[in-house]
Amino acid sequence: MTGHALATARPAHRVSMLAALAMLLAAGALLALSIGPYPLAFGDVLAALAGQADAQAQLVIWNIRLPRVLGAMLVGAALAAAGASYQVMFRNPLVSPDILGVSAGAALGAVCGIFLSLPLLAVQGFAFLGGLGAVALVIFIASSVRGVDHTLALVLTGIVVGALAGAATSLLKVMADPYDQLPAITFWLLGSLANATGSDLMPVLPVVLIGLIPLILLRWRINLLALGDDEANALGVDASRLRLLVIAAATIITASVVAIAGVVGWVGLIIPHMARLLVGPSFATLLPVAAVLGAGYLLLVDTLCRTLATVEIPLGILTAIIGAPFFLWLLARGRRGYT
Amino acid sequence: MIAAGALSIGHGRTLVGQAISLEVEAGEIVCLLGPNGCGKTTLFRTLLGLIPPLAGRVLLDGRDLTTLGRSAIARRMAYVPQGHVPPFPYEVEEVVLMGRSARIGLLSAPSVLDHEVARTALARLGIGDLAGADYSRLSGGQRQLVMIARALAQEASILVMDEPTASLDFGNQARVLSRIAELAHAGGHAVLLSTHDPDQAFALEARVVLMHDGGLLADGPAGDVLTPDRLSEVYGVPVRVERTASGRHVCAPALTKAHSLGLLK
Repeated sequence: MTGHALATARPAHRVSMLAALAMLLAAGALLALSIGPYPLAFGDVLAALAGQADAQAQLVIWNIRLPRVLGAMLVGAALAAAGASYQVMFRNPLVSPDILGVSAGAALGAVCGIFLSLPLLAVQGFAFLGGLGAVALVIFIASSVRGVDHTLALVLTGIVVGALAGAATSLLKVMADPYDQLPAITFWLLGSLANATGSDLMPVLPVVLIGLIPLILLRWRINLLALGDDEANALGVDASRLRLLVIAAATIITASVVAIAGVVGWVGLIIPHMARLLVGPSFATLLPVAAVLGAGYLLLVDTLCRTLATVEIPLGILTAIIGAPFFLWLLARGRRGYT
Repeated sequence: MIAAGALSIGHGRTLVGQAISLEVEAGEIVCLLGPNGCGKTTLFRTLLGLIPPLAGRVLLDGRDLTTLGRSAIARRMAYVPQGHVPPFPYEVEEVVLMGRSARIGLLSAPSVLDHEVARTALARLGIGDLAGADYSRLSGGQRQLVMIARALAQEASILVMDEPTASLDFGNQARVLSRIAELAHAGGHAVLLSTHDPDQAFALEARVVLMHDGGLLADGPAGDVLTPDRLSEVYGVPVRVERTASGRHVCAPALTKAHSLGLLK
């Protein structure tokens, strides 16, 4: 029974796997910094980072590419970490962070902001609050449902609230100014880091960290949620309280990055799969590996978005074009537990 | 160790059973027998503190269950569910380590000692070589033994087992029952298990609690409780109890024709 080709890595291998992935990510980030309409050699990138390159290179690296590269890595890492948490918590490898309506709520918030012609910072704030609000509403409704399994109630309520938010978003799109507001709305709904600046990232970073800290601290205990409520309770863990905490943490993480990048699908669904394939399901190693893989994946996708064509390609389009076939490939391989 | 008095059980306002009194002592095996839907699962969930009793109380080492926190209960009493397939491919040792939850700090990961306890528990059940195997790929019998190992890693003195031999083949049933007997007789555990096979109660020389329609019909040694009349009444089919040449009792239901089914009820 242990003879199958892809036995999960032993603990020592998991650490070296994480180290290898982190180095690969750093190399990828350097590469991404050198690519663009104004190509730079590796040496120039390093010199610019150290503040010793010419003014032009300094400007390109510090003001344009570095915020974008860091933004892509932050958003990817956050979505993958949130996805890994949601999948363990719902005991279902097909769950993405959107399941409780966080993206739909954030989208509605952002579209409201754009519709009201608010400044960018307010649009981002609306998106963040919209995401939190949608999930809070889902938790509130699901907790008042009796006689249905709590997890099922959450998922069903999430679908309903997500659909309502989607309908409201569509209504605003119909009512929006087709020349000025509608393109902005459409672009936001497909996700993009084209406008990410250092000042956008700064407020988001601490919020993502606030969400990550409980996940890191509870990294071992979160595994118990994969057993189901009765078993976790009988093992001495208050499953519903733990789940609520994990939902809150993962939602804060997702809402904060969706606020700056828009709706970016697929990352939170497929990256945790890849991470489990590499290091197994144990959450303590799954979380960091998923975060690093997610950072690398979105870095790759965003670099393609800004270099593949003369116009910016929205992130959501490429994450789906790359993610969907990859997911089908995972399914077709049919390995239990990974699919 | 565990004692329930005048217990009414159920979910919310739905009463499933009442007037249930039950005690299990250290070193004792109690088999809970009863037809499908008689309330065994609800009784177990109440005894484990997963749902509150509607009336009466459960005492764990003399303390009311409702006054104990989840981890305090888990340090005294372990639940052995049927060996199910989890959604993710955890390693066997990781699954057994989860039994340590109540003894590991909220924010901590298992220590070297916890790993040692987990491996010892696996070795005690004769499956030490499975530590690194993928739990989701084990056979049903192996999974059940892993669930028992997890309960041992929990270091609780009371073991509550939900149909530990359900869906196991003939050989695995005997293997799992042998380990359970060892745990009670040599390990001093108090074991409460549910089963659909009265022969197992004879094999384990256990005390039998017979449950019917939400109440306890009889409580005592297997030989006293499992009479042909009682079994026929509870299960609704004619049952004979016979003594084999080696002196053990076995139950044999008579097969009936379709049109006579239910006439005994």
